[in-house]
Amino acid sequence: MNLRRWFLFPSWLWMAALFATPLAIVLAYSFLTRGVYGGIEQPWTVESYQRLFDPLYLSIYLRSIVMAIASTGFCLVLGFPAALFIASSPQHKNLYLQLVMLPFWTSFLVRTYAWLFLLRDTGLINSALQAMGIIENPLPMLYNDGAVLLGLVYGYLPFMVLPIYATLERMDPSLADAAADLGARPLATLFRVTIPLCKPGIIAGSVLVFIPSLGAYLTPDLLGGGRTVLIGNLVQNQFTTARDWPFGSAVSIILMGLVTVLVWAFLRRESENLA
Amino acid sequence: MKRWLAVYAAAFFAFLHLPLLTLAVFSFNSSQFTVWEGFSLDWYRAIVRTPQIMEGTWNSIIIALTATAISTVVGTLCAYGLWKRKSPFLTGSLYLSLVTPEIVTGIALLAMFQFVFRWLHWQLGLYTVILAHVAFSIPYVVIVVLSRLRTASPVLEEAAMDLGATEWQAFLYVTLPSLVPGIIAAALLALTVSFDDYVITSMVAGIDSETLPMVIYAMARRGASPVINAISALITVFFGLLILISERVRAAG
Amino acid sequence: MNFILELRDLVKHYPGHRAVEGVSLSIPQGSFYSLLGPSGCGKTTTLRLIAGFEDPTSGDVLLNGEIVNHRKPYERNVSTVFQSYALFPHLTARQNIEFGLRRQGLSDVDRRVREVLELVRLTGKESRHPARLSGGERQRVALARSLVLRPEVLLLDEPMAALDPKLRKQMRLELKAMQRRVGITFLLVTHDQEEALSMSDQLAIMNAGRIEQVGSPKEVYLHPRSRFAADFLGAVNWIAGIGIRPEATRITHAAEGEVRSYPGVVENSTFLGDRIQVLVHLANGEQAVAQVSRNSSVFQPGDAVYLCWNAADEMRFA
Repeated sequence: MNLRRWFLFPSWLWMAALFATPLAIVLAYSFLTRGVYGGIEQPWTVESYQRLFDPLYLSIYLRSIVMAIASTGFCLVLGFPAALFIASSPQHKNLYLQLVMLPFWTSFLVRTYAWLFLLRDTGLINSALQAMGIIENPLPMLYNDGAVLLGLVYGYLPFMVLPIYATLERMDPSLADAAADLGARPLATLFRVTIPLCKPGIIAGSVLVFIPSLGAYLTPDLLGGGRTVLIGNLVQNQFTTARDWPFGSAVSIILMGLVTVLVWAFLRRESENLA
Repeated sequence: MKRWLAVYAAAFFAFLHLPLLTLAVFSFNSSQFTVWEGFSLDWYRAIVRTPQIMEGTWNSIIIALTATAISTVVGTLCAYGLWKRKSPFLTGSLYLSLVTPEIVTGIALLAMFQFVFRWLHWQLGLYTVILAHVAFSIPYVVIVVLSRLRTASPVLEEAAMDLGATEWQAFLYVTLPSLVPGIIAAALLALTVSFDDYVITSMVAGIDSETLPMVIYAMARRGASPVINAISALITVFFGLLILISERVRAAG
Repeated sequence: MNFILELRDLVKHYPGHRAVEGVSLSIPQGSFYSLLGPSGCGKTTTLRLIAGFEDPTSGDVLLNGEIVNHRKPYERNVSTVFQSYALFPHLTARQNIEFGLRRQGLSDVDRRVREVLELVRLTGKESRHPARLSGGERQRVALARSLVLRPEVLLLDEPMAALDPKLRKQMRLELKAMQRRVGITFLLVTHDQEEALSMSDQLAIMNAGRIEQVGSPKEVYLHPRSRFAADFLGAVNWIAGIGIRPEATRITHAAEGEVRSYPGVVENSTFLGDRIQVLVHLANGEQAVAQVSRNSSVFQPGDAVYLCWNAADEMRFA
């Protein structure tokens, strides 16, 4: 239908101009050289990619991956019971869902700042602890890996809860009944029936948390205070302060590649499951 | 076990909401410090008195409204086109742009704009931010409208054509009316996403096109300030209400 | 005879599925014509080819003598009543009915709508939205919506499928009367043989993409030309390769002279309300079902009986 072609044309144009082209340029830059004043110059080289293997940077990747895994893990452990609770509350399901989603829809920046406010030396938590006499001097809760992790978990928790909830919703309730009928106590049913059946939702939620955590920039910058350098910070740094665009491009390409592979693997699994 | 779950859930929701509530409560604190000294609207007044904040807010509004208008139209058309016949390439690139880390999108757009500016001799400004915002909003609009379309029956358009409507008329008179709640929800989502964006905006904004998130960020990096609390409270309430309205519209439609 | 709709060697192949394999039909103007067949036989695909929602792989669709194969649905003067009725939910019944008229930009819309509302007996309910109408009322809106355009052929895709059985019987009579009143050619697609037999002037039996037989209901029922047709149109007893319909059989305690008689033993008899069905185990090992009136003598399991019928009622196939 010709109509369809006209309808898709603006999107094609926009995606080509503002998604494909920028990425192509970044790809090209990753093979070029840094100019004297920070610009882009010939010759074409793979030097940037070679530099990626410098131990300094390797530790950054490792940290980022560990951080992403940790945030995914915490989100899973914290989010699963919440999803379970919502799915097993027939009356107020929608209310609880909205309660979970509401903070998510408001500003991510605000939600990250909230922890800055709470965790700083003169923040609420420290002040309260001091007022109660539990501690003398403020605890350094901010500007470290822990704060970043907390910020990531807080930010992406709804991404874990919703897919798990969706899977639980679709689960046949008579399965849990059958398990009980066959002698399984609640915890056994949980671990032997409910959780295994939730695998698709768990995997979906994990992917939805892992990927943004891996590429996080705002959270480590704000809550890590420059001490926690993750891949996102590295990229931003190369494009601003360090003015090494080729190297920054190379890191970006690798990050994009990793993310693309993860998503492709996930979607392949999804379509296999449907087929 | 149900009881434990309920206890956990209460703690969970507290964990989710208390930080924001605390921010809001302390925005009314007359003191700068986290000791409650008295109720005050000083910080809210400070918002209005700080030109940087007002300018940033104004820029954010303009950008958000413009970007939302464009991305809603483009995204709705795209969703309709994809509903009629799949295009794996376009769908793939839409999803890919959704999962691309924001910092990568930001630097890529910066790289492209600077590349183009070599020839055009233009500068970064509001328009580059708007272009960028449209780019990352379109996938959100497509997802919302497409999911709405999936519940629609293609038979209705066939019936319309059977009765003499052309493809375009069938879309206009039959499908589009049923899409309106979904389009509104998509527009509100795009609005929220655009207003809130920091990472991409910071990379492609010009000198005089600072947005509210950029202002907040700059202030926050210097340390917490009650003015930020006040701004945060306002933003949260405003967008919270917007989303609730959007949910009502979606449920009613 | 004027054939308002002709299908010539119509073929429709999908990748991996041959839906229609050379269908040729000639549908007389002003008739009530049925296309009857089991699910998946290709009858709905044929309908869609006529309406213009699909393009034929080969073959022609002729409307009033003109080939219309590649015309869009809105360029053909046929109208479809969809199985799900496909009423526009955001419009009232009246607005639904007016829809096609408005596309044409006609002037006497109100009068025509009023007339068709009377025809389908929906006057008074036209301001309601489809959600507030019953299943039967929705069907009438769908009919009205198509009829008001005075198409050359009205296509009906399993129109009774969504109605409950009692309503179905009533609608059959109404639909038939409606067709006679407006004089428009109706082409009905269904898998319900009782429906097709009771309403049609002519019917075509379709199976696996092909037309098996065309004729009047009486012809096709009494003289089916294939086993499939015989089986599909009604119950058949197959006895030693000969087909006999249950209602053409009688059960007697002694063999009758001039008719065919087969000895057998009663297995059971079932009371169906308006008749009794008796299952007989025949001497040659086969089973047959006989239908007798509910006033006839009671047959007990184990009774030795004779199954009898007239030779003229036999259906033989090569």
